[in-house]
Amino acid sequence: MVKKSKINHILVPEHKKLSDKAKKDLLDKYNITLNELPRIHLSDRAISHLEPKVDDVIMIIRKSPTAGESIFYRRVVNE
Amino acid sequence: MMMTNPFDSYKGKIPVKILEEVKESLPKASLKKISDALQTVYKEYQEAKIAPGEAVGIIAAESIGEPGTQMTLNTFHFAGVSELNVTVGLPRIIEILDGRRDIKTPMMEIYLKKPWSQGKDIKKVALQIKETTLKEVISEILINIAEFSIELKLNKAYLKDVGVQQGTVVKILEKSFKGYSVKLKEDSIIMKSRSKQESLNELYKIKEKIKDTYFKGVKGVSQVLPVKRSNEFVIITAGTNLKEVFKLDFVDEARTVSNDIYEIAEVLGIEAARQAIINEVNKVIDAQGLNVDKRHIMLVADTMCSSGSIKGITRYGVVREKSSVLARASFETPIKHIIGASVTGEVDELNSVIENVMLNQPVPIGTGLPGLVTKVK
Repeated sequence: MVKKSKINHILVPEHKKLSDKAKKDLLDKYNITLNELPRIHLSDRAISHLEPKVDDVIMIIRKSPTAGESIFYRRVVNE
Repeated sequence: MMMTNPFDSYKGKIPVKILEEVKESLPKASLKKISDALQTVYKEYQEAKIAPGEAVGIIAAESIGEPGTQMTLNTFHFAGVSELNVTVGLPRIIEILDGRRDIKTPMMEIYLKKPWSQGKDIKKVALQIKETTLKEVISEILINIAEFSIELKLNKAYLKDVGVQQGTVVKILEKSFKGYSVKLKEDSIIMKSRSKQESLNELYKIKEKIKDTYFKGVKGVSQVLPVKRSNEFVIITAGTNLKEVFKLDFVDEARTVSNDIYEIAEVLGIEAARQAIINEVNKVIDAQGLNVDKRHIMLVADTMCSSGSIKGITRYGVVREKSSVLARASFETPIKHIIGASVTGEVDELNSVIENVMLNQPVPIGTGLPGLVTKVK
């Protein structure tokens, strides 16, 4: 797969891939399994520059009108 | 409490925006005071959060639904251009929240880079985006019956406007009509069939085909309208094609948006689609002069996008994921659903509202938070 560049667009918030340790910490913190996270498709254009694999966790730093900044997580899934 | 920087220790506990507000309103206070203030803010913030177990979905539905009854039901013309309609009001809200693929009035707002954003060649730029067929380039089509040839008179002024040479038109014709010889003669193009057997009927058909041949521009964009917004020019289009528009060098792709949520999801990803849903719903609500708390819309958008693709708030989208047989049966064609469920041996866990209403039981509503802490019977 060709590595694609990051999208620069007002609608696209910052996406980051969590390391294995950060992923485990996140699941422990909320006492959840991967299944319970919202999902993002492997083919999603906004994460193509991160070279994601299935079951990676993507951290999304959204700009929020109420909180200024809010953090959201999504699990990478196949379609 | 550490006395270094009290703001750092509250990062992650209090939203960034509130922290900044505190910082701004206490420019000269001592560290101790700031620390005390933050502690109070933190406490207040915890209390202002919605209570665990609150039925936020129903509240959101009511909060959007009630103002919805006061919305208009019309499609409006846009700034005097009769072809450029915009769906507004309730129909637009329904369109967005249902997650419809074919929206009634797809539109783009194209922002331009400098110097085009200041109005340089704005007409030319707009014409480059609009999808044009040869009909607009040709001022006259003559059919020569004696020689079985077609003569196309070119509209020179138009060609100059879009900055295209006559030779390009010839090339397009050669490409689209392989069996014909295309010759440029002064201001007109003469087309003749290479095969000897040619009926007049055929010529007329070709004439119509020439008119509809794709010439230039972005496919799907049927209208363009440059407008001035605060201090720059923006091109509003009817019809969308983000992918192609992003390829144009004068387009500021970081700000150009479409109102087609599915297109955004495809080109920019699911998070962009979520933001687009929020923006589009807010646009409608603001235009109607109504006031709905942003959190409700955010919740709805989150729900629609949580699976990684857009799911409308309909029985095909979000509701489909609820697997209750009784809930599905209560909506449409109950016998079909019940027979299907008994054949496949489906089990109804009675997890959601409607099936418990049917059975005269208390309805389980809320965030499900108690279930995380303890086993709920």
